[in-house]
Amino acid sequence: MKKIIFFFVLLFSMNAYSAPHGDELFAKHCSSCHGKDGKGGVGVPLAMPSFLNSVSDEFLKKTIRLGRPGRIMPSFSTLSDAQLNAVVRHIRSWSDKQAPAEDSTVVKGDKKHGEKLFASRCAQCHGADGKGGKGTGVTFSRKRDLPIIAPALNNAGFLAAASDVMLRETISHGREGTPMVSMLDAGMSKKDIDDVVAYVRSMEAQAEKLEVSLNKNDDEPAILVADSPYGMDETVENLKQAITDQNFTLIRTDYLDHGLVPTGKENKKQVVLHFCNFGFLFEALAIDPRVGMFLPCRVTVMERDGKVQLSTINPKRLSKLFNNHELDESCDAMYEVYSSLLEDATL
Amino acid sequence: MKSLMKIFIRYSASLLMLAVALPSMANDLLMVRTQQTFPEAMLTLQTSIKDHGYEITRVQRIDIGLTGMGYKTDKYRVVFVGKPKEIQYLVDKYPVLAAYMPPKISIFAEHDETVLVTANPMVYAEMITDEKDKVLFRRWESDVYSVFDDIRAADD
Repeated sequence: MKKIIFFFVLLFSMNAYSAPHGDELFAKHCSSCHGKDGKGGVGVPLAMPSFLNSVSDEFLKKTIRLGRPGRIMPSFSTLSDAQLNAVVRHIRSWSDKQAPAEDSTVVKGDKKHGEKLFASRCAQCHGADGKGGKGTGVTFSRKRDLPIIAPALNNAGFLAAASDVMLRETISHGREGTPMVSMLDAGMSKKDIDDVVAYVRSMEAQAEKLEVSLNKNDDEPAILVADSPYGMDETVENLKQAITDQNFTLIRTDYLDHGLVPTGKENKKQVVLHFCNFGFLFEALAIDPRVGMFLPCRVTVMERDGKVQLSTINPKRLSKLFNNHELDESCDAMYEVYSSLLEDATL
Repeated sequence: MKSLMKIFIRYSASLLMLAVALPSMANDLLMVRTQQTFPEAMLTLQTSIKDHGYEITRVQRIDIGLTGMGYKTDKYRVVFVGKPKEIQYLVDKYPVLAAYMPPKISIFAEHDETVLVTANPMVYAEMITDEKDKVLFRRWESDVYSVFDDIRAADD
C-alpha cells in the first residue's frame, strides 16, 4: 500500500512539475521574434503598455493560435490550452494593469463611407487594400527605427482575433509609441470611426481569398526531379553549362557526403552543384534573411541502379515554410529557374 | 478495493504514457536570437553541435559580395550539420531527401545580436513514409531545441 501511495505522490508531483511555464514557452517559441523581454524585434513589441492595455487575452490567444497567414507570425495550433494560457499569462505579466475584457459587440457603420476614409487616412500606412506595411518585419527587410510596421488588416488571422470594439478603440486612441495616432485627436468623429471599422470588417472576404492563394502550393511535391538520359559525368557537365547559361555562377561541385566521410571516401555517385546569382540572392535575403538556409542554390545529381537523376528543393513548397507571402514571387521565380536547369541538363 | 486501485493505476499509467507520446509543437521554422556577438554565437553553436554528437560538414559564407550591394551585414553563414551514418541511410532509402541533406542552420548578425534559424527536422519527416524512420527526425528536432537552449543559456 505504501508503494501505491508513493506511486501516486510521484505521479502527481510529476504532473505539477510538468505544468506549463509561460516564461519557458515564450523563450522557446516567441522570444526570437518578440525579444526575450517582449520588447520586439522581428515581431511586435508585446511589452509596450499601449499594446497590452488595448488588447484582450482573447485577442492574444487567437493570435497565437491562428498566427498571421503570410505575415511571418506562425500558427501555434498544437499548443495545449494550458500552454496557451501560460504564454498569455507571461505576456500579461509585463503590465500591471488588468487586461481589457473581450467585447464582441458588433460595431455598425457605413462601410462605403469607411472605405473613403480608409483611403484618405489609413491607406498610407496600412496599404490601399489593408495589406499592411511593406516588409514583413524580418530583420533587414525594413528600417528598424520604427517599433512596428503597420499590420495587415486584410489578414484572416488578424480579423479573427480582433474584435470590432478593439478595432474601434485602437483607431480612436491610437497606440502610443507607434506611428498609429489617435484618429479622434486627428479629427475623425466617432461615427467616422465606426464606418472605418465596418470597412475593415468587410475585408474578411478578401482575407479568405488571400488565405486560399497562400495555400495554393500545399500539394506541391517536396522536390523537383528529372531523369537524365546521360551518364553521371555527362549530366554533371550539362548541368554546369545550364547553370552558366542561366547567368548563375557555379560556386563549387562536391559530393553529398563531403565532410561526413574522410576525403577520398565520398560516394562519387552523389554529386552536388552549388551556384548563385548574387543579384537574386540579395533580393531574396532583403525580403527575408531566413531563406539563407536554402542558399546557395543547389542541384543534386545521383546515380542509382545505373540511372541518373537530378533533384532540387521545390521553392514553391518551401515558400509555405516561411509564412511570408512577400517571398512568393521570388519562390515562383526560383521554381522556374530550377525547372529550366533540370530541363536543359537533361535535354 | 484492490481491483479498483489496479484500474486506477492502469488508467493513470495510460494517461502518463499518452502525455509522453504526444508530439511536441511542430513549428516549421525553429529560431533563436542571442545577445552574443556573431563570433561568440558561432562558437557556442559549433560547440553545442559537437556536444550533441553531430559533425559540421561545412560552413558556407552567404554574404560574399553582398555588402557591396547594400546588404546590411557581412556576417551570414550556413552551417551544414549531420551524422554520417544517418544522412547516408536516409539518402539511400529516400532519394527525395537528397536535395535537403545534410540539414543546415543559418546564422546571421542583426545589429549587435545574432539570429539562428533552421527548418524543423519534422518538415523532412513529412517527406518519407516509414513511420519508424520518423523517430529519427523527432530526435533531430529535440536536439535542435537543445542546441538552441544552449545558445540561449549562454546569454544568462
